Amino acid sequence: MSTTDTPTGVPSFELERNAMRHLADAQINVELDTGDMILNLGPQHPATHGTLRLVVRLDGERVLAADPVIGYMHRGYEKLTEFRTYPQITTLINRIDWLSSFANEVPFVHAAEQLMGVEAPPRANYIRTILTELSRISTFILFLGEMGLQVGALTPAFYGFRDREYVLNLIEGATGGRFHPNFNRIGGLKEDLPWGWVSETRSVMRMMLDSCDQFEDLVAGNEIFHSRTKGIGVIPGEIGAAYGVSGSNLRASGVDWDLRRDGAPYLAYPDLDFKVWTHSDGDSFARYWVRLQETREAVRMVLQLLDGLPAGPVMAKVPRIIKVPEGESWVETENPLGQMGYYVVSKGATGPFRVKIRSASFSNVSILPWLLQGVYVPDVVTILASLYFILGDIDR
Amino acid sequence: MPDETPEPSDADVPAVAEASDAPVADAAPEPEPEPDPTHVELLARIEGALPDAVIEHADVFGNLVVRIRPGAWGDFAGVAKSTLECDYLSFVSAIDWAPAPKEGGDDASGDTSSPVQPSEMTFGAAGSAGRFQVFAHVQSTARHWGCTVKVDVDEAQPAVASWVSVYPGADWHEREAWEMYGVRFDGHPSLRHLYLPAEFEGHPLRKDFPLLARVVKPWPGLVDVEGMPAEPESEPEVAAVGAGSEPTDGGGEE
Repeated sequence: MSTTDTPTGVPSFELERNAMRHLADAQINVELDTGDMILNLGPQHPATHGTLRLVVRLDGERVLAADPVIGYMHRGYEKLTEFRTYPQITTLINRIDWLSSFANEVPFVHAAEQLMGVEAPPRANYIRTILTELSRISTFILFLGEMGLQVGALTPAFYGFRDREYVLNLIEGATGGRFHPNFNRIGGLKEDLPWGWVSETRSVMRMMLDSCDQFEDLVAGNEIFHSRTKGIGVIPGEIGAAYGVSGSNLRASGVDWDLRRDGAPYLAYPDLDFKVWTHSDGDSFARYWVRLQETREAVRMVLQLLDGLPAGPVMAKVPRIIKVPEGESWVETENPLGQMGYYVVSKGATGPFRVKIRSASFSNVSILPWLLQGVYVPDVVTILASLYFILGDIDR
Repeated sequence: MPDETPEPSDADVPAVAEASDAPVADAAPEPEPEPDPTHVELLARIEGALPDAVIEHADVFGNLVVRIRPGAWGDFAGVAKSTLECDYLSFVSAIDWAPAPKEGGDDASGDTSSPVQPSEMTFGAAGSAGRFQVFAHVQSTARHWGCTVKVDVDEAQPAVASWVSVYPGADWHEREAWEMYGVRFDGHPSLRHLYLPAEFEGHPLRKDFPLLARVVKPWPGLVDVEGMPAEPESEPEVAAVGAGSEPTDGGGEE
């Protein structure tokens, strides 16, 4: 009461009105000073491909702790594989990482082939490699556009979706499915490439190189993009590896490790001449930059593969009813999102006894509680986007 | 004709597989010069750091599978990271070797599409002492090698040491293995449900846990089989042929 009874009447009235006007803000500041705020990000959030919930404890704008809550898309694939035959399972595992479905099929089919002692013919191997790299391009082109969206640039996202469509058309042309090709068979492929597909692919690949240049100018060269991503969300290489972070995310942290080159030889990669790109910074920008270079590299690989495409059958001789002999097989591949592996245990039946699905995004996201400590809320979104995960790949 | 073709090829494939299974240490069917020296090197390093820890080892298509003593599991993480230079943790999971419940029969709502697994308990590469095993895969990003490690766990009280302190990425993998198989990881900071709701009971990936989707709703393929309109027509035909063939068969034998 004493504050309102000031000597001069008019100024006191002005002061009181201002105080009333900003009362709401004042209360919030007081609350933030005294305690932490728990904020629920998601389950639906535009920066996530699917439904990831992130419970963050905030002190003002700063994240004190983050706890990802996963499992909204858990479909129990490891259980379902035990109730299905090998040819049926390729349909399931298509849906793990739905942006690069074809690449998901390859390690599983390869594991079954290994156990059966069947080898896909060279032409099938080459076509598999081409389609795997096309999946990589389509996955990354979307990322290159969408990453712009997360920092507030709307235009690149449209370019990303537009350019990805050209690649998806190629995948559809060869396999019949845009997203879920289910094109792999144990021992080879369902069909050979359609007529005219090779020349069509060549021209689209040239377009993709132009598209990469465009993204480099539009996004990677943008000053605002730099300030939003450089030095944000830094993952040191050794910590990333201990968390199981793989693929471009780990290469962006300076770890020179690519299963296409360093793992057990698979598909036609030993025949190819390609460079493994790394970046020493480990931040959100490095992850963007590495994926940009890897898209270009994938285009070059597809062109090499088209030049060296061998003739011959696309299917090896396999029994009509697939029975996989008793044994175990671990096959890992370098998928667009990182290391994808299947540990297949067979007991000689038409279906596997146990399949451990090692998906890339699961481990890539498990670093979030460590990574998000101390970052600002707007950076959470760019970090999530730069890690680039697919929820189906986390939850399986 | 289509019935004849699978038989010879079916017979061929197990024959090849048996040959590949017989030699455990060296990869005879696929001659690869590289894997063997790395396996020797890895095993020597494990032996040096943890003497007598390895019970058995196997070469599975170039991948080294090592089965270690249960007591050595906790220490193995540190050894893998420092001595084996495996800085990268691929996964930690578990496996239930119990024979699958009778499938394709009455138990699974008549699901004829489900593969029929053998009814006796057999173990995979490097063997097992009992029903449950925990296995993990570690890799080196610099040396480009890696190995799968298996450890037997007690069936009544399944528990092993946690790897979280060495590989922080083991956190989620161990939570998943705990909820799916009921294997406790001692020393894990917070073993809580990862995928399933907190109040969920049971361990879904154990072999005795039924696939609930098939219990709730019968296998749709079964409906197709029952609803076939041709079935009643074909039955009398078969009966007629059978009746007609009996005397001729008898005549042939005589």
